[in-house]
Amino acid sequence: MKSSKTIKVDYLSRVEGEGGLLIKFKNGEAVDAKFKIFEPPRFFEAMLRGRSYTEAPDITARICGICPVAYMMSSSQAMETALGVKVDGQLGSLRRLIYFGEWIQSHALHIYMLHAPDFLGYQDAIQLAGDYPEIVQRGLEMKKAGNEIVALVGGREVHPVNLKVGGFYKVPAKQDLDSLIERIKKIRDAAYETVRWTSTLPFPDFEQDYEFVALSHPREYAILEGNLVSNKGLNIPVSQFEDHFQEEHVAHSTSLQAAIKQRGAYAVGPLARFNLNFEKLSPVARQAAREVGLQPGCRNPFKSIIARSIETLHACEESINIINDYEVPEKPAMDLEPRAATCYGSTEAPRGICWHRYDLAENGTISAAGIVTPTSQNQKVIEKDLLELVRKNGHLADDKLTWMCEQAVRNYDPCISCSCHFLKLKIERE
Amino acid sequence: MGENAAMRPTAKTPGLPSPALKRDVVVIGVGNPCRSDDGVGIFIARQLKAKNLPQTRIELNRGEAASLMDSWNGSDAAFLVDAVRSGAAPGKIYRFNGQIPFSPKGFFNSSTHNFGPATAVELARMLNRLPRALIIYGIEGKCFEPGRGFTPEVEQAAGTVIKMLLADIFKATVTVSNNTGGSWKRPAA
Repeated sequence: MKSSKTIKVDYLSRVEGEGGLLIKFKNGEAVDAKFKIFEPPRFFEAMLRGRSYTEAPDITARICGICPVAYMMSSSQAMETALGVKVDGQLGSLRRLIYFGEWIQSHALHIYMLHAPDFLGYQDAIQLAGDYPEIVQRGLEMKKAGNEIVALVGGREVHPVNLKVGGFYKVPAKQDLDSLIERIKKIRDAAYETVRWTSTLPFPDFEQDYEFVALSHPREYAILEGNLVSNKGLNIPVSQFEDHFQEEHVAHSTSLQAAIKQRGAYAVGPLARFNLNFEKLSPVARQAAREVGLQPGCRNPFKSIIARSIETLHACEESINIINDYEVPEKPAMDLEPRAATCYGSTEAPRGICWHRYDLAENGTISAAGIVTPTSQNQKVIEKDLLELVRKNGHLADDKLTWMCEQAVRNYDPCISCSCHFLKLKIERE
Repeated sequence: MGENAAMRPTAKTPGLPSPALKRDVVVIGVGNPCRSDDGVGIFIARQLKAKNLPQTRIELNRGEAASLMDSWNGSDAAFLVDAVRSGAAPGKIYRFNGQIPFSPKGFFNSSTHNFGPATAVELARMLNRLPRALIIYGIEGKCFEPGRGFTPEVEQAAGTVIKMLLADIFKATVTVSNNTGGSWKRPAA
C-alpha cells in the first residue's frame, strides 16, 4: 500500500441528497470515517411555526418524495394525540394500507434499482436490466403496485392529497379497493421470489454490535404506533424520545446526527424492525425468512436487503387482509377541537423511525416543531460501519474498496434530501 | 455536458415512425409546477390538453421513472416535455430522438433517488418498453426555486415548443387518421 493516497469518487448515484464521505488512513490503517452532508438545511421546523395544526401533514410531506406518507402519518398522529383523538377501526386500517403501499414502492425501488446492482457488479439498474430484464421488470411491477395503493387511497402516488389530521378527506369505496386485490396477490408472489433472490446475493462477511431501535407493538409488526424499543433494553413511549436520544451538530454535516444518550450510535430501518419484531411478521413472511435462513439477531447490515424483501412480502399480505376486511367507514375523518398541547408522533418510515414533536397554542397554531428523520438517526452507524469496513478491507484495491463503501452506505438507503443527487466519496491515505 | 446525436435539435421530425401508427399518441408533461421553470413541461401539456386534440392523450408526471414508463403504454408515439439543467442559455430548446441511446446524467432537473426521466428512457430501452417513436423536448430552465410562473426566456421557449409539438402531433396523428379512415384539421397554435 502506498504511504499516501487519495481516492475520490465524485458521483455516487442511487442515494438521495447531497453529501460526501471522507476516509482517512494513517500508516496504512483507517483512522477516521466521516459521512459529510453539505446539503443546505431546509428549515421545515421553522416553516411550520405559525401554521395551523391541520397544515402539518401537507407541509411535512414535502420533506420526502419517496416517503411522504411517513411524514403525514407521524405529524397527524402527534396532532391527534394532542387533541385526544385516536384514529382506529377502518380509518386506522386505511392508514396502514397506504403506509404499506409506501413501503412496497420504496422497498422495491431500493432493492431492485438502487442496491441490487451493487451486489452483482453493475453500475446501475439499466445495466442490470440488460442482462436480467425479467428481474428488473419484476421490481418495476412491484413498485407500480405500491404506487397504485398510495394513489388509490391517497389521491395521487407522490405527495398524496387525501390524508388529513383525523383521517381522510374521502374514503375509497369497497369495490375500488377490491380492484387492487388480484394485483397485490401477484405482487405478493413476486415479493416471495424477491426474498429468495436477495438471499442468494453475495454478502460481505461483516458484522458489528449494533443497538437496533424500532417501534414495537404487542399485536402487530409496528408501523403506525408502538413503544420505542431496542435490543439493549430500551422500552419507552414516543413522548420520552428526547429523554433518551439527542441530536447533535457535527462540523462536517449540515444534518444533525442522532445518538442514544450515553451509548451513541444506533440503527433504524428494516433490519432493526426485523430483528426486534420478527414474531409479529405475517406467517408467510416468517416462513420466507426461515426458508432463506435469515434469523432475528442478524448483525450483517448488507443483509438489510433481505429484511427489506421480507417486509415487502409482509406489506403485501397485510394489504390483502386489510382490503378483504374493509367496510366503508361512517365518516372519513374524526371531529377535532384544537387545544394547547405539546405532542409527539412516531411511525416507521421505510428507512426507519420518523419522529415528530409539536407545541400547539390554544387555537391549534404550531409554535414549535421538531422532526428527527431516519437518515439522521443512521448517520453515526453508517460512519461506524465504514470505518470498520475499511479497517477490515484496507488491503483491497481502491476501486474495490470504494465500491464496497458505496454499497455499505446504501445498506441504509440514505435519503439525505429529495432535491439533490450526489454523494462524494474521498479516501485519503497518508 | 457533451451532446450526442440523439440530443441535437433537428429541423425535421426524426424518430417518428414511417409505418402508419395504429394507436394514439401521448404527450407527457414532466416536472413540478411549484418549482418555477421546472413546471414548464406540465404547463405545455396542459395547454395542449385544452385544445382537445384528436387521438392525443395528455399525461402529467412528476418524473418518477416507473410511472413514466407506464405513461406511454398503449401509444405508438410519445412526446415527453421537461425542463432541463444542462448549463446552456436559459430557454434553449432541446429536441431529441429517444430511440437513440443517450445518457444525460443530471440533464433533467429533478427526480427522486435519481430515478427519473433519463432512467425511464434507458431502462425502457433495455426492457423493450419504448414506444415506436419517442421525441423528448427539453427546455433549459433558469430558476428552479419554489414558486409559480416562469422566467421570460422559458416562457418564450414554451410557446415555441407548443408550436413544434403541434406540428409533431399533427404529423403523427394524421398518419393514424389516414390509416383508420378518420381525418381532422391541423389546430391553430
